[in-house]
Amino acid sequence: MKEVVNTKTVLQVPKWKFTKLKTNFSVENRFILGAGMIVIFIILCALFPKWIAPYSPTYMDTSLILSPPNSAHWFGTDYFGRDVLSLVIYGSSDSLIIGIASVLIGGLIGGIIGAVSGYFGSIIDVIVMRVIEILMTIPGILLALAIAAALGPGLMNIVLAVAVSSIPGYARVMRGQLMSIKKRKYVEASRSIGTPEWRIFLLHLLPNSWSPLLVMATIGLGTSILIGSGLSFLGLGIIKEIPDWGALLSQGRGYLTVGWWISTFPGLAITLFVLSVNIIGDKLRDTFDPKTRKTR
Amino acid sequence: MTIVNKVLLKISTAFVSIIGSSILVFSIIYLLPGDPVLSMIDPSVATPEMVANLRKELGLDQPFYIQFSEYFMNVLQGDFGQSVVNSEPVLPKIVEHFPATLALTITSAALSVVIGVTFGVLSAIYRNKWIDIIARIIGLFGISMPTFWSGILLILIFSVFLNWLPGIGSDGWKTLVLPSLSLGFVGAGFIIRMVRNSMLDVINEQFIVTLRAKGLSERAVMYRHALRNALIPAITIIGLNIGELLAGTVVIETVFSRQGIGRIVADAIMAKDLPVIQGVVFFSAIVYVVINLLVDLSYSFIDPRVRRAN
Repeated sequence: MKEVVNTKTVLQVPKWKFTKLKTNFSVENRFILGAGMIVIFIILCALFPKWIAPYSPTYMDTSLILSPPNSAHWFGTDYFGRDVLSLVIYGSSDSLIIGIASVLIGGLIGGIIGAVSGYFGSIIDVIVMRVIEILMTIPGILLALAIAAALGPGLMNIVLAVAVSSIPGYARVMRGQLMSIKKRKYVEASRSIGTPEWRIFLLHLLPNSWSPLLVMATIGLGTSILIGSGLSFLGLGIIKEIPDWGALLSQGRGYLTVGWWISTFPGLAITLFVLSVNIIGDKLRDTFDPKTRKTR
Repeated sequence: MTIVNKVLLKISTAFVSIIGSSILVFSIIYLLPGDPVLSMIDPSVATPEMVANLRKELGLDQPFYIQFSEYFMNVLQGDFGQSVVNSEPVLPKIVEHFPATLALTITSAALSVVIGVTFGVLSAIYRNKWIDIIARIIGLFGISMPTFWSGILLILIFSVFLNWLPGIGSDGWKTLVLPSLSLGFVGAGFIIRMVRNSMLDVINEQFIVTLRAKGLSERAVMYRHALRNALIPAITIIGLNIGELLAGTVVIETVFSRQGIGRIVADAIMAKDLPVIQGVVFFSAIVYVVINLLVDLSYSFIDPRVRRAN
C-alpha cells in the first residue's frame, strides 16, 4: 500500500514571527515597555556617558566630601568629593561589557557545542554531555571565580570567566532543541530531495532551534551581570580610575555609616538593569514557548 | 533494576562526577593561559629566580599528568595542598570554618523554601489576583538583586539606622539573621517562580478536572493533590538552590564580615592564594554533588512513580 503524503504540510517550514510580539497596552505590557526603556537608557549611558553625566567622574570637589544626595548631586558625593551619579553612569559601560560579551561568548560556544552534540548524537553526545555535567558540578559563581582568579585581574578575564561558567546551560538547551528538530518531517523531506547535510544543518536545523537559546541568553544576561559584578565586588576586577558598578559598591562599603548613598546607588543600577532584562526575558519566553502561552 | 542497584548506580555516578570536578578544578589552574605564578607575585618586582623557585615549590615545572596524579593522590589522603601565603594546609582550615558556612546555608535554604513554596503556591492558586502580583514581584526582585547589595541594604536599615541587629560578625544567632535573609531572598525568588510554574502546569492537567468533577472541595484538590504533584519538580530546584546558596556565601560572608569557607576564598583572592581557592572550590563541588545525590535519591521516596518504575 502506498502512503499518501501531503507534501504541502510536510514541507512547511515554521517561520519566526515577530508579529507574535504584537503590541497591546495592558498593564503587563506597560511593565515591559518600562523595562525596555530602562534597558535602553542604561545602554545609552554606557555608550555616551559624556553627554549624560552631569560631572566628570574623576573631578574631585574637596569642599563637598561625602555630601548626601541633593539638587546639585542627585546621588551625593563620595569620600573624594566625586559625584556618585556620574560615577554610576560612567561605570555602566564596563558592567554592561562584562554582561553582554560573556553572554555572546558563552551563548555562541555553548550553542555550538550543544548543536554539534545534539546533531551527531551517539558517542560524541555522550562525551560532550559528560564534560558538561562535570562543568555543572561547580556552581556558576564559584567556577567563574576560580577561572578569574587563575587568569588574574582584567576586564576580558572576567568576561571569559563568566562566559565559561554559562556554557553548560546554553549547551543543554541547544542540544535538546536540535535533537527534537532533527526528527521533524520537513528535515526528512529536505534530505529526501537530496539537500546536502551542511545545508540542512545551516538552513533548517539552526534557524529553527535557536529561539530558546535567545530567550535563555536574555535571562542569562541578567545572571552574567550579577556574577560579573559579584566578581568585581570581590576584588577580581581591574582597579581603574572609573570603577564598574560592582567595584564602586565595594568601595562604598567602608563608608556605610557616613555615606549610605555611595553603595546604594550602584546597587540600584545593577538591580534595575537585571530586573528589566528579566522582565523582557520572561515575556520572550512566554511568547516563544507555546506551552506557557496558554496557561500563564 | 532493584532499588538497591539504582541507589548504587547513582552513588557511583556521583563519585565519577567528583573525580571529574577534581580534574576540572585542577585543569583550570593548569590549562588557562594566565601564568599562576605570575598572578601570585607582582611581575614588576619578581626576579626570574623568584618565579622559578615558586614554580618549583608548587611543582608547576612537572608535566600535567604527573602534577594531576600527585594532586589527586594527595586529595584522596585528605591533603588539599597548602596556602602559598602562610603554608597552612588547606583542608583543616576548610573543615574548621565549614560549620559556620553550613549554618548560614541551612538557615537561608530553610527561609527560601518557606517563603518560596508559600508564595509560589498561593500565586498559582490565586492567579492574577493581588497576592499573585505581589508574589511575582518578590520572585522577580529575588532573582534580580545582587546579594551584596541586598546585604548592604539590610545592614543599613536594620543595623545602621534602626540598630536592631548586628550588621557584621559571626558570633551568636543574631548575626545569622541578616545574612540569611539576604541569601534566602535569592533562593526564594527562584523557588517562587518554579513552584508557581509547576503548580500551574499541574492545575491544567486532566486529573484535576476529574477530582473537581467528582465533587472534591477546592481546598482538597489544591493542597492534597495539586501541591503534591507540583512539589516534585520543585525539589530539584531546591536541591540545586542549596548548592547555589553555598556558593553565594563567598559574597555574603564578605559583606557581613563573617567567618566561613566563602570568606576563606574571598581572602585568598586578595592574597592571590591559588591552592586555597582551588581547595575550597573543589570542596564545594563535593558538597554540591552530595546534596544533588541526596535530592535525587529523595525522589524515589517522594514520587511513587519513580519508586515503582521497575
